[in-house]
Amino acid sequence: MSTTHSDSRRAFIKQTLSGAALLCAGGAAKTLAAAESGTGTAGAKSRVVVARDPLLRGTGASVDSSRMLALLDRAMQSLCGQTLNSQDHPVEAWRKLVRPGDTVGLKVNTLGGRGISTNIQLVAAICERLQEAGVKAGDIVVWDRDSEELERAGFHVAIGNDRVRCFGTDRVGYEQELAAWGSVGSCLSKILTQYCNVLINLPVLKDHDGAGVTIALKNMYGVIHNPNKYHPNGCNPFVADLNMLPEIRTKMRLTVCDATTAIYEGGPGYKPEHSWNANALLISTDPVALDHTGWQMIERKRAEKGLKTLTAEERAPRYIATAADAEHHLGTNDPRKIAIVEV
Amino acid sequence: MFCDLDVENVVKGQHPLDRRSFLKCALASGAALGGGAALGLSGVAQPAAAMPAETEGEDFSRFTVEAKFYQKLPNSKIKCKLCPRECLVGDKERGYCGVRENRGGTYYTLVHSRVATAHVDPIEKKPLFHYLPGTIAFSIATAGCNVNCKFCQNWEISQSRPEQVPSHYMPPKSVAELAKQYDCPTIAYTYSEPVVFAEYLMDAADAGHEAGIRSIVVSNGFIQQESLKAAYGKMDAVKIDLKSFSESYYSKVVTGQLKPVLDSLVTLRKMGKWTEIVYLVLPTLNDSDAEFRGLAQWVKANLGKDVPLHFTQFHPEYLLKNLPITPVPTLERAKAIADAEGLHYVYIGNVPGHPSQNTYCPKCRKMLVERVGFTASKILIHKNSCPFCQQPIPGIWHA
Repeated sequence: MSTTHSDSRRAFIKQTLSGAALLCAGGAAKTLAAAESGTGTAGAKSRVVVARDPLLRGTGASVDSSRMLALLDRAMQSLCGQTLNSQDHPVEAWRKLVRPGDTVGLKVNTLGGRGISTNIQLVAAICERLQEAGVKAGDIVVWDRDSEELERAGFHVAIGNDRVRCFGTDRVGYEQELAAWGSVGSCLSKILTQYCNVLINLPVLKDHDGAGVTIALKNMYGVIHNPNKYHPNGCNPFVADLNMLPEIRTKMRLTVCDATTAIYEGGPGYKPEHSWNANALLISTDPVALDHTGWQMIERKRAEKGLKTLTAEERAPRYIATAADAEHHLGTNDPRKIAIVEV
Repeated sequence: MFCDLDVENVVKGQHPLDRRSFLKCALASGAALGGGAALGLSGVAQPAAAMPAETEGEDFSRFTVEAKFYQKLPNSKIKCKLCPRECLVGDKERGYCGVRENRGGTYYTLVHSRVATAHVDPIEKKPLFHYLPGTIAFSIATAGCNVNCKFCQNWEISQSRPEQVPSHYMPPKSVAELAKQYDCPTIAYTYSEPVVFAEYLMDAADAGHEAGIRSIVVSNGFIQQESLKAAYGKMDAVKIDLKSFSESYYSKVVTGQLKPVLDSLVTLRKMGKWTEIVYLVLPTLNDSDAEFRGLAQWVKANLGKDVPLHFTQFHPEYLLKNLPITPVPTLERAKAIADAEGLHYVYIGNVPGHPSQNTYCPKCRKMLVERVGFTASKILIHKNSCPFCQQPIPGIWHA
């Protein structure tokens, strides 16, 4: 809870922004992408792993930490093409993603408070594996737009240098200069630009009254200073354009979508009557494929509950197709090119 | 008393300042307010996103007041009825303007008494040319705007959320007291977009009127009719930025709509509010003869030939840095077209020293108000008429 402006932090930022660090991370990402596709060749399918554990909560209401870690391991090993019987330690999957010296930002989603925010046990599990993969605790920052929202979601705001840090952009501010692409012109969080060279996206699976759904791509609204400007027209093409910003696109390595609790109607705020315990994680390096998959999960739940489809309600998440188009090419929304792996 | 270069200057593109010069100037302006600094008035429009808000740790609840213009919907949703956008806002979310938030089905403004910038400006800088010329206005703004003009000269505050800009608590009575302290006969709501702080503007106008201070507003006019009547009904004069005469331009460049703005102008006319219009001319985007002519014809037919129309020069900023400064001949062409359509008071703005910033009698053509920079250096109008030919000159010329 001390000041954010220490000399050591400056040195840390300097190190973060070094070209060497960026190059290393880039290499790691390529390795993971190749592993994910199975072949590393052009035309390979995007893999979306859907990992479930019906007993994730044990006998209680809250998520069991050890089961969450096991679920995460299963999902990551599957994403990396390892068999479930592999003798490899689960940390090997993370070593394909990060390397010692990386500074890793975990962008959570805490708008919905305790009821429907990124699960703390999931974040703890990822932090554990990142450290085992060689990332120093002080080089990991759990973040969102606002520190108060983080606390409301159950996170403990911490700004020490030798342990995992957790704070909102309100603590450090936004860049002064605009980052622009297409319809978007925004100031980026300094946490993204100055505190991490690797970004891991940890959204929640949610219905969204304006956008249709909010999962991986839309979680980047928490990275900019003016998200309110990008909600018209179902957030299309704003979501896709935002994800084209180089600072986001080059740093994004992985999406781990928290579907332990999900919302099929009335989101993005927490509506207990419209939520369900899916007890699942969705993991992919292709945020478009992941969003498409998550959208279909929400549609299935809506059908089960007798609700109209999002398309029928004229709020289908059209931005997902935009993100996949030739201009953006952020991933694929073509079901024939998505390999959904249930584990 | 006031800085030569401050926010309004930059807004109008009078001086193509870079960011550093702008800040330096703005800081100087804050200092120039003298006692203002002691009151916690920085007078500075800080770059919106550059730093954490100075108000961190403050009691934000004092800025939070239930909004006047909205409709409650099922499931804790609301529909904002302030501007034509009619944002449907879910619980814990904000509208397009970024300064109004739904909390459990009740909609709140987060910027009541939350001043992001304050200056003492000549009224000619608004610009209002036919309203109390030669006087100064105590000018304030909060964060936020209900459109997103790609050319915004003041985006650091207009396109930010209130918590992203340093701001100061200035309740309505303080606004009136400060205006009086600085010998300002008017309070001006300006710089960002006053539509989004309508509740504060209304309360400040009431406080001002109780203290004998008038109120003027510089607005985009993108507001619902009922809200306009309630909020701008309390104003003594209005300047509307009519950004184009094309729906397409409003959609692509402004992120708004033209028709509601035209409706606002007509309503203000019916309400009897003194109104002037500014049209910022952007090279290639809204500078065709047809558009100038259509605009002038519409103004004459719907508002009358005596409404002042200012064609002002654009300076590259924000998301339109690729465009050049508006050539002066383009502005002169616009004026010539509007003159030919029969409008009596067509001005050219943001071009210091241009003769078309003066007021001339439409009958005898003699100069009646001479302006140098943003000051009225000579005012010859007598008893609201031309002293040479007795032609009535519309406006509010004296307090």
